[in-house]
Amino acid sequence: MLNEIKLATGAAVSLGVATAALVVLPYIQVKDIQPPADLKPYTEQQLRGRAVYIANGCVYCHSQQPRDRSHGPDTARGWGRASVPADYVFDQPHLLGTMRTGPDLFNIGARQPSADWHLGHLYQPRAYVPGSNMPAYPFLFKHKAAAEEGDVVVQLPPGQDPPGRITVASQEALDLVKYLQAMNHTYPAMAPIQAPIQPPQGGASQ
Amino acid sequence: MDSAVISLLGAFTLSILGLFAFIWSLRQGLLVENPRGASVIFAQGEIGQVDDPALTASDQARLQASAAPTDGHAASHTGRSMDAREMQDRVDSDQSSAFPVFMFIMFACFWLVLGSAAGWVASVKLHEPDWLTQYAWLSFGRIRTLHLNAVIYGWSSNACLAVIVWVLPRLLRTRLVGAPWVMLGGSLLNAGISAGLGAIAMGWSDGMEFLEIPWQIDLLIFAGFALIVLPVLYTLMNKRVDHLYVSVWYFVASLLWITLLFLVANLPGVHTGVQQATTNWWYGHNALGLWFTPVSVGTIYYFLPKVIGRPVRSYNLSLLGFWTLAFFYGQVGGHHLIGGPVPGWLTTLSIVQSVMMVIPVIAFSINQAGTLKGQMHLARYSPTLRFMMFGGLMYVASSIEGSLEALRTVNAVTHFTHFTVAHAHLGMYAFVSMVLFGAVYFMMPRVLNWEWPHPWLISLHFWLSATGIGIYVVGLSIGGWLQGLAMLDATRPFIESVNLTMPYLKSRSIGGALMTLGHGVFVIHVLMMALRFGPRRTTAALFKFPLQVSHAQ
Repeated sequence: MLNEIKLATGAAVSLGVATAALVVLPYIQVKDIQPPADLKPYTEQQLRGRAVYIANGCVYCHSQQPRDRSHGPDTARGWGRASVPADYVFDQPHLLGTMRTGPDLFNIGARQPSADWHLGHLYQPRAYVPGSNMPAYPFLFKHKAAAEEGDVVVQLPPGQDPPGRITVASQEALDLVKYLQAMNHTYPAMAPIQAPIQPPQGGASQ
Repeated sequence: MDSAVISLLGAFTLSILGLFAFIWSLRQGLLVENPRGASVIFAQGEIGQVDDPALTASDQARLQASAAPTDGHAASHTGRSMDAREMQDRVDSDQSSAFPVFMFIMFACFWLVLGSAAGWVASVKLHEPDWLTQYAWLSFGRIRTLHLNAVIYGWSSNACLAVIVWVLPRLLRTRLVGAPWVMLGGSLLNAGISAGLGAIAMGWSDGMEFLEIPWQIDLLIFAGFALIVLPVLYTLMNKRVDHLYVSVWYFVASLLWITLLFLVANLPGVHTGVQQATTNWWYGHNALGLWFTPVSVGTIYYFLPKVIGRPVRSYNLSLLGFWTLAFFYGQVGGHHLIGGPVPGWLTTLSIVQSVMMVIPVIAFSINQAGTLKGQMHLARYSPTLRFMMFGGLMYVASSIEGSLEALRTVNAVTHFTHFTVAHAHLGMYAFVSMVLFGAVYFMMPRVLNWEWPHPWLISLHFWLSATGIGIYVVGLSIGGWLQGLAMLDATRPFIESVNLTMPYLKSRSIGGALMTLGHGVFVIHVLMMALRFGPRRTTAALFKFPLQVSHAQ
């Protein structure tokens, strides 16, 4: 019996320590953070767009976390200042991401404010960025002979529309673009209370 | 700042203290070797007997003939006095678990085929982005996620459960208590996986890596795990051995861990923002570190000595490995967020613990090398051993790579690149899946009382998988590293980091195709066996072979 108890308590204690460190302490440290004055809650349409972003797994290729200069040239690439916990208070689920098969999108709205560009780029990325390996999302668009009332016609580069037809954005595509346009965190970061981003210790950064 | 340092030191000290407390509590004979503990997997007189049910009788005899006499246990080779009652116990154990194990293996095979096909499509899409774009469920973001969930929860978890449910009763010399509950749990689990994959395909996702399955469906999966844990604990209570073999520690602890991890990580409405990110990776890495890794290591600790008929070299080292893994692995998840907007102490803690993971890995590799000393050549004869040895080596490789990858200097290059993907497959495939394949090859003949119809298919599977994952990991690691260097250089446009990965992404598709092909071979073979194809039925459920070997030289 002794061994079973050791096994159960050992398993519980070791997992407990890990949970305290990685779940509970961050919870305590972050829970009272106030949103910056310039960060607006998402509108309903932006939230729908965010749902499209989630449904189609954009997070698997795009991060939303520009890092400090000491970690890489994120700022030099125009992706924005290093993000802080307060930037994410309205985010559920978080979409920090772990891959950069494509660029960071934390400030894509500031970098690329044009809805036309976004719609066309979603329809066929390679018409805008030669060599891009981003998937095309034709299922977010419809082809029609002529525009009906309320249709948003996508202005594609020549040769991209099927002959004799125009390309119309679906509501999902419009929502997604609204969300992307809202990705603008160019306001100054508040001085973090606890210096959440520490530069690596001496000599560790390359 | 101060509180951060204190919490960092606190968690670290607590792990070290906890570790020493547990080592101390196991102190009896820690410095003296413990051959009795290591030998509990053998019946009396069984040491020195090789055992691989995946082999035909004549191949078994060849395996036995080429096994060097086990030092110190040479007597047993001639003594044929295996305890008949212990043998009968083992037959009873196997019978009690046969149905649930068969069910888990069948589900695992199904998800393996589906998951690898999805993975291959996702791989091709990264270099052929205009292929199959008309349907939402086939778009990269969804098919990649279908792949991950099908292989993580479908294939690997089902196969892990099969191993646990099959080996535990053997190690405890008892019957599996509550087999119908285990099967009910397995059904709920797989119903949850099916529903979850359907939801992801339709675009209904919780949106976090490893936690995509909507929490409403997670209830099914959690209920499934809980229904499996309870009979397992009950079986543990009914044990008829004095000593808990090290694999029991690994199996039972990991089953408790995954159930709790899964519950906490999926709690709806609790986690937000940055804290949700740390929880996400606490779960994501612990699914690997506290579920798949301990189960696979426990599997090696049972099957490898069993096949070569020689107890684990250093039993105490294996226990040390268990407790260091338990205390260090749980806290490494933060290394997925290095440089991110999370508290600095958290990533530092995770980096430190990632490096500490070297200890259990070294303990394991010394042990594996010692146990196999002079017997490596047996892998030529025994498919189970070949898979296990390959998996064991890759465990060492992937863990060392993981520890290095967590260092800030290395992480600066590899973070956000395909290098991480290659590393994940080195761990989940070259290590975990290969070990699980080996275990299935050993278990199935005992579960079904039927021989593998075509042993050459086992070799074919091994070489397809081993070659495939070799191409996969080598190519993608190089590509990922170059990608990382390109991204770090602000003078090179971003698109350069995309362009230069193309040849490596293509090599990954080739490797992935070989692996998928191997899985086809594996699953067809399993089905042939289940449908009673093939030449012969095994003569006896267990151990026809030791009786024959006395006539072989």
